[in-house]
Amino acid sequence: MINIFTHYSHQLLVGFGWTIFSSLLALLFSLIIGAAFALMEVLPNKVCRMIGRTYVEIFRNIPLLVITMFFYLVIPMYLVKINGFTAGTIGLTLYTSAFIAETIRAGIQSVDNGQMEGARSVGMTYWQAMRYIILPQAVKIVIPPLGNQFINLVKNSSVLAFVAGFDLMYQANSIASATFDTINSYFVVGLLYLIITLPLSYYMRYLEKRTA
Amino acid sequence: MQNWINAYSWMNIRFLLMGLEVTVLISVVSVLLSFIIGSVFGIIRYSRIKYLSAVVGFIIDIIRNLPLLLIIFFTYFGLPNFGFKPETIPAAIIAMTVFESMMLAEIVRSGLNAVDVGQMEGARSVGMSFVQALWYIILPQAYKKMIPAIISQFVSLIKDTSLATIIVVPELMQHAQVVYGQNANYILPMFAALAVLYFIICFSLSLLGNFIDRRLA
Amino acid sequence: MRKKFWLFSLVLWTFLLTGCGQSLSQQSVLENAKQANTITWGVKGDVRLFGLIDVKDGQQKGFDVDMAKLITKHILGPKGHADFVTVTSQSRIPLLKNGNVDAVIATMTITPERQKTVDFSKVYFNAGQSLLVPKNSPIQDAYHLNGHTILGVVGANSVDNVKKASPKAKVLELQDYAQAMNALKSKQGEAMTTDNGILYGLAVQNPGYEVRGGTFTKEPYGVAINKHQKSFVKAVNQAIDEIKADGEYNRLIKKWFGQVPGFNYKELYSK
Repeated sequence: MINIFTHYSHQLLVGFGWTIFSSLLALLFSLIIGAAFALMEVLPNKVCRMIGRTYVEIFRNIPLLVITMFFYLVIPMYLVKINGFTAGTIGLTLYTSAFIAETIRAGIQSVDNGQMEGARSVGMTYWQAMRYIILPQAVKIVIPPLGNQFINLVKNSSVLAFVAGFDLMYQANSIASATFDTINSYFVVGLLYLIITLPLSYYMRYLEKRTA
Repeated sequence: MQNWINAYSWMNIRFLLMGLEVTVLISVVSVLLSFIIGSVFGIIRYSRIKYLSAVVGFIIDIIRNLPLLLIIFFTYFGLPNFGFKPETIPAAIIAMTVFESMMLAEIVRSGLNAVDVGQMEGARSVGMSFVQALWYIILPQAYKKMIPAIISQFVSLIKDTSLATIIVVPELMQHAQVVYGQNANYILPMFAALAVLYFIICFSLSLLGNFIDRRLA
Repeated sequence: MRKKFWLFSLVLWTFLLTGCGQSLSQQSVLENAKQANTITWGVKGDVRLFGLIDVKDGQQKGFDVDMAKLITKHILGPKGHADFVTVTSQSRIPLLKNGNVDAVIATMTITPERQKTVDFSKVYFNAGQSLLVPKNSPIQDAYHLNGHTILGVVGANSVDNVKKASPKAKVLELQDYAQAMNALKSKQGEAMTTDNGILYGLAVQNPGYEVRGGTFTKEPYGVAINKHQKSFVKAVNQAIDEIKADGEYNRLIKKWFGQVPGFNYKELYSK
C-alpha cells in the first residue's frame, strides 16, 4: 500500500487536483444556476415557476452518469467537441444545480410568509424585500445543506472516470490495472477522498448543531 | 428518422426492458434492505450506547464520505478476499445497500434528534422503558418528518444503480451501452430512452413520496 | 479524541488486512470444474468478433466464446458445461485472482508483467496492435502520434505500447471498447488503438473508419489461469493442441474472420 503511495504519488496528486478543481468549478456554477432557478420557483409568476420546476425535476430524476455521458458522447457527435473533464464538470454542474435549487427554494420558503407581507406593507418592493429581508435569513438556513451538497459533489465527481476526466477515480483505475493490486489501489484513493470529505462533513455537522 | 425507427426495434426495446428489470430488482431489494439496516444503525447512533454507537457512527461516517463507485469496487473485487464471491447483480445489491443504509442512518439519526428531547423525558417519566418510548412515541413522529428525505434518498439509489455498469451488471445503463456500442447511430435514441425511463421511475417515486407526505401531514 | 483515534486505526487495519489477505484458494480449479462439470469463463461483452453481447438473447458471442466452449468440451467431455461471465479489461485479472472465474479468454495478450500475477496457456491467437482512424485522417502509423490524442481502454496493454512508439502521444483510457469507439466518433481522440482483430470488428460496424498502419506490436493471446494451477494450464494447453490438430480451430477462424474485409484470415490458420 505504501508502495502505491510512493510509486504513484505524482499520478495521485494530479488526480487529487483534478477532482478538487472539477468539484469547485461545478460548485460555483451550480450555485449560480441553482440560485437562479430557485428564485424562479418562488416568483409570483406562474410561467417562471413552471420553468424552474421543470428544470429541477428533469435533472433531479436522471442519473448523473447519463447526463455526463450525453455531454461526452452525444453532444460532440452533433454540435461541438467537449473533452472529458469539461463534459464531466458540466454534468456535475447541471445535476447538482437541481439539488441546490431545491435546497435554496426550501430555505426561502421556510422564511415566514408574514415577513414578506410585512416588508411589502412598509413600502418595500418585492425585490427589495427579497434582497434585504428574505435572502439573508434564507442563506443562514441553507448553508449546512449546501455544504452537504458539496460533499456529494466531491463524491460524485468520480463519474469523471467514465469519460477519461483524469480525476482520482480515473487514476485509481489506471493504477489498479498497472499494479494488478486492485484493492490497495482503491484503498489509497479512498483515503484521499476521505481527506476531502470527512473534515467537511464533520464541520457541517458542527454548523448544523450550532444553528439548531 | 430511420435511425430512430431502427433503434427502437422490438429486439432493442426488449433488451432495454430486460435491463430495466434488473435495475428495478436491484433498486427494490436495496431499498428494502437499506431501510431496515439504515434504521437500525440510525437508532444505534441516536441511543448513545457506550462504544457501540461510536463504532457505528464511525463506520457510517467513513462509508458515507466515499464515492459509491469505490464501494462497488470494494464489494466486487474485495469481498472475495473473505471467501464470498458475489456475482454482479448480488454485488451491486450489496454495494447499494451498504452505501444507502449509511446515508439513511444519517437521515434517521438527525430525524430522531429533531424530535423534542422533552418527549423522551416525558415518556420515560410516565414509566415507559427507553425502547417503548422510542417505539411508540419518538419513531412515529420522526419517520413522519423524514419521509421526504428518505424518498429522495431512494430516488438517488435508483439513479445510482447506473454506476454498476462499471462491473458489467446487466442493468438498464449497461444494456443501453451494449445497443449503442453495436451501432453508433443508435446513440441519441438510446440516451433519449435512458432519460425517459429513469425519469419515469424516479419521478413517479417522488410523486408517491409527496402523496404519502401529504396524507400523513 | 483518543477513542476516535483507536477506532480509526481499528477500521484502518481491517481494511489493510483485507488488502493483504491471501485471495487464492489452494484448491485445484481443474478438480472443481470436473466435479461441477462446469468451467466458468471470463469473456468480453463489447468486442465484436471475439466476445460481444447479442441483443437478441443477451448471450456473449465471438471467437473467444467459441474457443472457450470447445476447450470446455475437450476437458470435460461432450456434456461439459461452459458458463460465461462478462469481464472488462479492467476487471478480468481481479476476477480471476478472486476466483469468480476459472479462466479468462478475453483478447488477453501474454505479457511478462501479467505473467507475474497469472499464468497463461499457450498462444491461441496471434494478434498485433494497430490503429483505427477515420478514412480521411492524416495519421499514417503508430510512430508519428506525438501531439495527437489516442483512445484506449483501461487495463489494456495497448496504452503502454502506444506510449513506447510515440512517447508524446496523449492517451485517454475509456471504460470499454464500445465507449472508446463512440468517443472516437465524437472526436474525443484522433485514433483508437488496440489489437487489429478488435479494430477490424469495429471497422466492419462503422463504415468511414479503417484500420491503418499495419501492426506495430505482436500480441499473442493466451488463456489466463490463476497461479499454482499447473494441472489446469496443462489441460487447457492439451485442449488447444487438439482443437488445432483436428481442424476445428481453422473452422472457427473462418467462421469469425472469413468475412472481414481487409483481413487476411488465412494467415491465422494453424498449419
